[in-house]
Amino acid sequence: MKRHVALTLGLMAVLSLIVTACGGAATTAAPAALPYQGVTVNVLTFTGPQIAEPLQRHGPEFEKATGAHINVATVPFSDLYQKALTDFSTGTNSYDVIVFDPQWMGDYVAGGYLEDLTDRVKANKDLQWDDVGAFFRDFSATYQGKTYTIPLDGDFQMVYYRSDLIKTPPETWDDFIALAKEYQGKDLNGDSKPDYGTCIAMKRSAQSYWMVSSIASAFLQSQGTGQGGFFTTDNLQPLYGPNEGFGAALDVYKTLSTLGPPDQLNLDVGDTRGLFTSGRCALSIDWGDIGPLAVDPATSKVQDKVGAVILPGSKKVLDRASGKLVDCDAKTCPYATNGVNHAPFAAFGGWSGAINKNSKANVKDAAFAFLAYVSAPAQSNVDVTIGKTGFNPYRLSQFKSRDAWLKSGMSEKATADYLGAIEASLNSPNMVLDLRIPQNAYYQGTVLDTAIAQFLAGEIDKDATMKQISDGWNKKTDELGRDKQLAAYKATLGVTK
Amino acid sequence: MSVAERTQGPALSESGLEAHSPLARLQTWLEASATSAFILHAVLVVLFLAIFPLIVSLYVSLSRLQFVPGGFQLTFVGLDNYAKLVVGIDREHFMGRFGEPHPIGWLFFGLVVLSQILLMYRYIRGGNAAVGGAIGRIVTASAITAGAWLIVHTLGPASRPGTVVVTLIYVFAGIVIQYTLGLGLAYLCIQQIPARRFFRVVFLIPMMITPVGIAYLFRMLADTTKGPVYPIWNILGLANTSWVSNPWGARAAVMIGDVWQWTPFMFIVLLAALESQSIEPIEAAVVDGASRWQIFWEITIPTILPVSSTLILIRMIEAFKIVDLPNVLTNGGPGTATESLTLHAYTIWRTLDIGGSAAVAYMLLFMVTFIGVSYANLIRQRLAEA
Repeated sequence: MKRHVALTLGLMAVLSLIVTACGGAATTAAPAALPYQGVTVNVLTFTGPQIAEPLQRHGPEFEKATGAHINVATVPFSDLYQKALTDFSTGTNSYDVIVFDPQWMGDYVAGGYLEDLTDRVKANKDLQWDDVGAFFRDFSATYQGKTYTIPLDGDFQMVYYRSDLIKTPPETWDDFIALAKEYQGKDLNGDSKPDYGTCIAMKRSAQSYWMVSSIASAFLQSQGTGQGGFFTTDNLQPLYGPNEGFGAALDVYKTLSTLGPPDQLNLDVGDTRGLFTSGRCALSIDWGDIGPLAVDPATSKVQDKVGAVILPGSKKVLDRASGKLVDCDAKTCPYATNGVNHAPFAAFGGWSGAINKNSKANVKDAAFAFLAYVSAPAQSNVDVTIGKTGFNPYRLSQFKSRDAWLKSGMSEKATADYLGAIEASLNSPNMVLDLRIPQNAYYQGTVLDTAIAQFLAGEIDKDATMKQISDGWNKKTDELGRDKQLAAYKATLGVTK
Repeated sequence: MSVAERTQGPALSESGLEAHSPLARLQTWLEASATSAFILHAVLVVLFLAIFPLIVSLYVSLSRLQFVPGGFQLTFVGLDNYAKLVVGIDREHFMGRFGEPHPIGWLFFGLVVLSQILLMYRYIRGGNAAVGGAIGRIVTASAITAGAWLIVHTLGPASRPGTVVVTLIYVFAGIVIQYTLGLGLAYLCIQQIPARRFFRVVFLIPMMITPVGIAYLFRMLADTTKGPVYPIWNILGLANTSWVSNPWGARAAVMIGDVWQWTPFMFIVLLAALESQSIEPIEAAVVDGASRWQIFWEITIPTILPVSSTLILIRMIEAFKIVDLPNVLTNGGPGTATESLTLHAYTIWRTLDIGGSAAVAYMLLFMVTFIGVSYANLIRQRLAEA
């Protein structure tokens, strides 16, 4: 009996040795073919489906080519900022790549959590760095002269309108309101139910706090990008405070909140996009997403009925010395067209990928290769034409070559219109840069977002809203050091294009 | 006397366990310390897990987080985070906007003050008054009066409740409705009705569902423009109004969800209490010709009072922490109308202002502890004795 047991054990030992030897041979053979065999890259982004979708789709392709396994984790948008920052600052380091809002980069770079990608970007051929629009390269991807992110998306807010109904797109916010009033309550998609003049995401704690800046910018910035659209550049006084310019913007926003769906205050961008593409809205303010979503035959009822145009402007702008609105003339609005000051808002800056500095060296290599793969023209130029990716054009080739757009089902005219609106915004000398000072997430995501939500819900009036935002911003600025914040603000404005 | 000398002597003579000998004393000491030693590690673990985070978070609530090269730093700022909530920029959000109360508000306030004075008077006249008890009662009475003042001044026509009052509304209105419904359902389920076992299970289901699931369910139900109840809204002509865009409508939506989820908890405990009451007093009452209402009011209610008071205490502590429903249903909106204290803390924490967030959380802790302790001391004790 004992001998039997010993024999069986011996046999098992020999067998396991053979298996191990074979297995060893198999794994040692693999790395020669696949550079990142056995490496897992953990990616964090927000609960899409947009943005997460292309990453999840390209993950297996990339794994097949390189052996690196891509694991995409998602959290709600409002949790993304703190989730990654907490993970990095506590040394947990469960994420190797974050695909996030480059506006927040300052807080991440200050803590030393992001890998400096400057040399890698220069060395990588597939990425075609020079093809990325200069604005996205120099602003979205760069902080204090170093490159920390790879842009995957380009973001500007603009106005979408139903080109079958509206022949002259709005030039000013007054035009926008007039059009919204005209179509509010009318049937726009032939189902004999009343539809809406405008659909704008106004939900709290969502991706909606950029909308009010898209309106306010036209009143607040007229002297070019370097003037800044959020603060004065001498002592960092909030422009989102008690002055006639911001007051006018709040009036516009409040009026628009009544010219849409009854639950507009509870709608996020996903909801308004759905309403617009199902033909229920005459107008909308959004990033580049509605363009490609409108040509998706599976969901869109407004194919070839969508026009896009640069954000409307204003014929009156804020005089910062007096706090009053003044008429546009050659001096007050040097960049005006037809006497209208346009200030296209580069909201958000475009989803970008950054790499955790504390990840292992081979994981960082694989992570960079993955981001470069997703951003490379071969993938990106197709992704930007698909609505559900959430990726919008940011490469020069995406503007130049229109084949991919036409192939996606967009008509010649719609393509010209859509890319034209983005190009007009991108090339505007009076483009408004999004806020990128330390803890901007608090300035915008907490103070601005809460005050605007309260204002729209009628909890506080216009004056109280202006005061609440300006007090909240000033308090935070003083806490963090006014001089430091001012220097950071001026530094971001120095990078124009 | 040296140690060596002490170990020699009577202790080693004869049995070695002579009383007062150093060895025996050592043994007694060891035995006495053994009890402490055995629970010491458990106490340390509890201290480490419960008290340590409490102290650290208290420090966090007194400081400000900043990102600096190489990581982050916490700067001590004293009571600044609390001052922001009570007198600073976040006061309207936290406490609400004060306005002249409605006449009904004044009436309510008057009644509260009057009842406090009455209770105090009865306590003093009762003959058992002590200094400690009197101080406790004065503190509680002042806090209740202050709470009533806050409620009537933020619920008037030109005012707006802050997150404190909204939370109090969720807690007290919610508990009253849940208790009444739960008791009603439990009373029905002890009657000899057909399929009552089935109903018992059905009534329990909402409690088993995760709160986020319930929030999504009610978000769909509350959507008048396209939800599953759209046809009904349409027939009623209300398809173009949204009740979650109205502050009180949205608060009602949150409360309906909360009531739907937590009534089963009240139901199951009250059902057990009702079933365990002895049948003899009821039979005696029936023989004496008591009506059903009299039996319910005079026999059943006093029997289940001790259970009810504990039940309400547990539910109250739990209800103060409501966050998932308002967060998913309305994100705290419209404006800040449905924001509870926990959601308030969570919103601030999301942008990593962890000092401000901890301050809100501590205010909530003070409130819950104070109300819980006052309730346990004053009401529960009395109810249990009754």
